Amino acid sequence: MSAAAHVKAASFKVAPSKLALAGEALVARGGLVLLATTLLVFLAVPLVMILIRSAEDRDGAWVGLANFVAYLNSPSVGNSLTNTLQFALMTTLVTVPLAFVFAFAIQRSRIPYKGLWRNVAMIPILAPSLLAAISFIYLFGNQGWLKFVIEWFGIKTIYGMPGMVLAMTFSSFPHALMILLAALALSDARLYEVAEALGTSERRKFMTITLPGAKYGLVSACMVVFTMAVSEFGIPKIIGGNTQVLAVDIYKQVIGQQNFQIGAVVSLLLLLPAVVAYGIDHLVQRRAQALLTARSVPYQPRRARLRDGLLLAFVVLVSAALLLVVGMAAYGSLVKVWPYNLSLTLNHYTYGFKEAGLEHAYWNSLSLGVWCALLGSAITFTGAYWLEKTRRDQTEGLNFLRPAIRFQAMLPMAIPGMVLGIGYILFFNHPANPLNFLYGTMTVLVLSTVMHFYSSSHLTAVTALKQIDGEFESVSASLKVPFYKTFWRVTVPVCLPSILDIFRYYFVNAMTTISCVVFLYSPKTTPASVSILQLDEAGAIGSAAAMATLIVVTAAVVTGVIFTLEWWLVRRTQAWRNTAQS
Amino acid sequence: MAYALKLEGIHKAFGDFVALHSIDLTIDSGELVCFLGPSGCGKTTLLRIIAGLERQTRGTIIQDGRDVSHAPPAARDYGIVFQSYALFPNLTIEQNVAYGLVNRRKARGEIKARVNELLTLVGLPTEGRKYPSQLSGGQQQRVALARALATSPHLLLLDEPLSALDAKVRERLRGEVRGLQRRLGVTTIMVTHDQEEALSMSDRIVVMNQGAIEQIGTPGAVYERPETPFVADFLGKVNVLKATALGGGRYRAGTVDLELPADGFAAGETVRIYLRPEDRHVEGDIAALPNRLTGKITGIDYLGTFCLAELACPGLGKPIQISYSLNQMHDLDVRLGAEIQIALRVDRVRVFADRAAAPFAAASVA
Repeated sequence: MSAAAHVKAASFKVAPSKLALAGEALVARGGLVLLATTLLVFLAVPLVMILIRSAEDRDGAWVGLANFVAYLNSPSVGNSLTNTLQFALMTTLVTVPLAFVFAFAIQRSRIPYKGLWRNVAMIPILAPSLLAAISFIYLFGNQGWLKFVIEWFGIKTIYGMPGMVLAMTFSSFPHALMILLAALALSDARLYEVAEALGTSERRKFMTITLPGAKYGLVSACMVVFTMAVSEFGIPKIIGGNTQVLAVDIYKQVIGQQNFQIGAVVSLLLLLPAVVAYGIDHLVQRRAQALLTARSVPYQPRRARLRDGLLLAFVVLVSAALLLVVGMAAYGSLVKVWPYNLSLTLNHYTYGFKEAGLEHAYWNSLSLGVWCALLGSAITFTGAYWLEKTRRDQTEGLNFLRPAIRFQAMLPMAIPGMVLGIGYILFFNHPANPLNFLYGTMTVLVLSTVMHFYSSSHLTAVTALKQIDGEFESVSASLKVPFYKTFWRVTVPVCLPSILDIFRYYFVNAMTTISCVVFLYSPKTTPASVSILQLDEAGAIGSAAAMATLIVVTAAVVTGVIFTLEWWLVRRTQAWRNTAQS
Repeated sequence: MAYALKLEGIHKAFGDFVALHSIDLTIDSGELVCFLGPSGCGKTTLLRIIAGLERQTRGTIIQDGRDVSHAPPAARDYGIVFQSYALFPNLTIEQNVAYGLVNRRKARGEIKARVNELLTLVGLPTEGRKYPSQLSGGQQQRVALARALATSPHLLLLDEPLSALDAKVRERLRGEVRGLQRRLGVTTIMVTHDQEEALSMSDRIVVMNQGAIEQIGTPGAVYERPETPFVADFLGKVNVLKATALGGGRYRAGTVDLELPADGFAAGETVRIYLRPEDRHVEGDIAALPNRLTGKITGIDYLGTFCLAELACPGLGKPIQISYSLNQMHDLDVRLGAEIQIALRVDRVRVFADRAAAPFAAASVA
C-alpha cells in the first residue's frame, strides 16, 4: 500500500518555476541591501558628518584640528570636562551600590512581594529624566517641601551637582538594576553547598562566591550608568544651575549660537568616554562566558530573619523614594501655585499647555511613539532575520554586508543620543543633501529615534531568533517553500512575544527620550519630552510637571496593555509553547 | 543499475581549511547509503552540499541525469530530516506534513488525503491535530520523516536522524526507517557517527575521515575487510600489534611468530597487525591450529551478553582483548588469572604498513 502511495503521489510533483526561485534570492538580496542602506544613511553617514564638520570652518573649508584647539582653549571648557566626569562618577558611586543591594534582596533573600518591588523599581524607565529633575525641585528646591533635609547634610541649594546626581540616580537606577538582577540570577547552588560543607561563614561566602560571580555585572552596570550620566542633557539643563557639563555645552553651541563646528567638536569629546566605557564593558563581558555551565543548579536562598528584615526595610525605603519622586511630579502638576496655593486644578494640563503653544506636544509624542514602535519593531526584527537567517549562497557577492550590518546595529549602544542628533542636523540640514526635505519633519524624528534605540532591540531580536531551530529555512527550501513565507508563517508567530517586547521598548523610549530629538524637532513636531524643557524655561513648572506626568501615565498604560497582550498570547498558544522542555 | 546521484570531485574549503578533498561517489537508485565518520570528518558538509544548503568549492553533482551542481535547494529533488527534526512548533502535525504541499496549489481535499496517507505510513494516523511539542521524540522524528516524504522526492537525506533519541527508541526506529525506505524504494543518504546504526541500516557505508573517503562498501565488507587502519580502528574494537615482516606472509610480534594470509611486505618492514577481539578460535582442538597464543587473563570487562577478557601473552608485549560470549565464559571457565590458549582466525586479521612508526624503528636499530 505504501509503495503505491508513493507512486500515486507523483502527481504532486511540480517543477518550481525559475521565476519563483529568482524571486526568493532577489528578496534575500534586496532585504540585505535595504537594511544596509538604511543603516548607512540614517546612522553611519550622519556620524561621519560629525567627523568632517569638526575639521571645517563655518564656510566649509578644511581647518584640521583648529576647532578642537579653539574649544579646548575656551575658558569654560575645563569646568565642563571636570563637572561632567564628577557628575558621572558620583552618580555611578551612588546608583550601583543601591541597585546592587536591591538586586541582592530580590535574587538572594526571602523578602515578600518581590514582584511588586521589582515593578516599582522599573518605574523610572517610564519617565523622562526631566521628571526627576522637576520633582527634586519641588521637593528640595528653594520653595521645597523637604528643603530642610538637604540642609541637614550641609547642602545649601539643590541646584547644581547635588540635584543632578539625585535626579540621575533616579533615572539610571532601573538600568543598573536590570543588569545586576541578571548577574545575580545566575548562580550555582552547588558552589554554596560546597562552601557550607567546608564550614564557610556567610561573610566569606559573600566575598568569595557572590561578589566574584556578579563581578562582570557590576562592571557592566557601572559602565552603563557612567555613560548615561556623561551624555545626559535634560537633568543638568533643569536642575544644574550654573554647573556646566559637556552635553549642555553642545546644546548651547548648536541651538544657541548655531556653531555646528564646535558642536561637532564637543560631540566627539562626549563620544570619547562613552566609547571607552563601551569598550571596557565589551572586553570584560567576553571573559564572562564560561562561569556557569548548563549543569549548574540554581541557588535557592534560605530564610534568615535579620538579613531579610534589613533587606526588606531597604527595599521598601528605595521603592518609597522612587514613588515619592513620581508622585511629587504628579501632585505638583495638580496644584495651583506651589507651595502657596495647594488647591487642586487641571489648569496646568489645559491652559498651561495652550499658553506655551504646546497643546500638540503630547499628541506629537504619542504619534512618535506609535510610529517608532511600529517601524522600529518591523525594521529591527525583519532586519535581524535577514541578517541571521538568509543563506549566504543566496546573497553571494553581498555577504560583505553582513559584518557591516552587525557592526552598525551595535553602534548606537556606544553613541550618546545628542551625538546622533548633531549628526542628523549636519547631514539632513545640509543644503546639498537630497534628503534635506526630511529635516524638521516627524519622519526624521521617527528615524533618528529608531536608530538611537536600535542596538538593544536588535539584540532582543537576535536572541529570539537564535532560540528557534536553525534548520527551519533549510527544511522550507527542501520543501520548495520560499524562506519569506516561512518567516511569516512560522518565525513571526513563534517570536511574537519578543516582537511585542521590542515594540514596547521603542514606544516607551520614544515617549521619554530627549537627547537626540532636541536637535531635530520643529515648532510643529515638538515632542512632549522636549516641551518639558520649554515649559521649565518659561517658568511654568506646574505644566512641565503635568507634561512629565502625562508621559509616565501613557508609557505605563501602554506597557500594561502590552504585558497583558503577551500574557494572553502565551496562554493562548501554550498548546505548542514551552511544553517541549525536556 | 541506474545511478540516482553522482558526485564528481566535490571539494570544499572554508578559507585555508579543507573540509572535503575531491569526493567521488555514485549512489544507486533505491539504496540506503550511510556517511559514517567521527565528528568533523566532513560527512554533514557533504550532505548539505548534496542538499544545496552549502556550496562546494568545485565539483559536479548529477542527480537523475541532471547537473544540479549550482542549483538552489528548491530546484533540487529531495526531502530532508534533521537531527533536531526542525518541526514548525506553531503548526499542527497535519500542517507540518502539508507544508510543502500547500505551496503547490493542490485542492484542499487532495492535500488532506495525502497527509492522512503519510501519517498512516509513519504510524501516526490519529495525531494530526496535535502540536509537535505534544508528541514524544520518536513520534516527532516520524512526523519529520512524513513531511520530508510528502512531496514524493526521489532522494531522502537524513542528517543524524536518530541521535537525539533514547537508546531503546533509537533501536526500534532504525528498523522502522529502514523498512519504510525499502517499501518506498526511495534512494536515501543518512549521515551518522553511530557505527551500529550504519552497520544495521545501510546497503553501503561510506566511511569518511578528515574530509576524504576511506572506504566504500557493504557493512560486512567495511567491518570484516577494512582497507585502511582508520576503518579498522573506527568500526568495532581492535587490538593493534606492532610486528616485523619476515617475508612470505610470516610476521614476528614481540617474540611470537605468526603466519598470515596477508602478504606484500618485504622482510624487515615494520607493520601493524589489526586483530579484532572476536578474530580467534577458542573452542575445539586449538592445539592442532597454527598461530596459537597462550596467556593469562589479567582483566575482564563484563558487558552482559559477552565479555572482553584481557589476555597477557608472554612475548607479545602488551595484553590483547579477546571476546567471549556469556556461554563460552562459563563453559571455558574464563576468569581472572586463568591460563588460556587461543588460535588466531588469520582469515580476518588485517596487516597494514606502519608508516608513522617507521622512522622510530629505524632510529631504534641505529
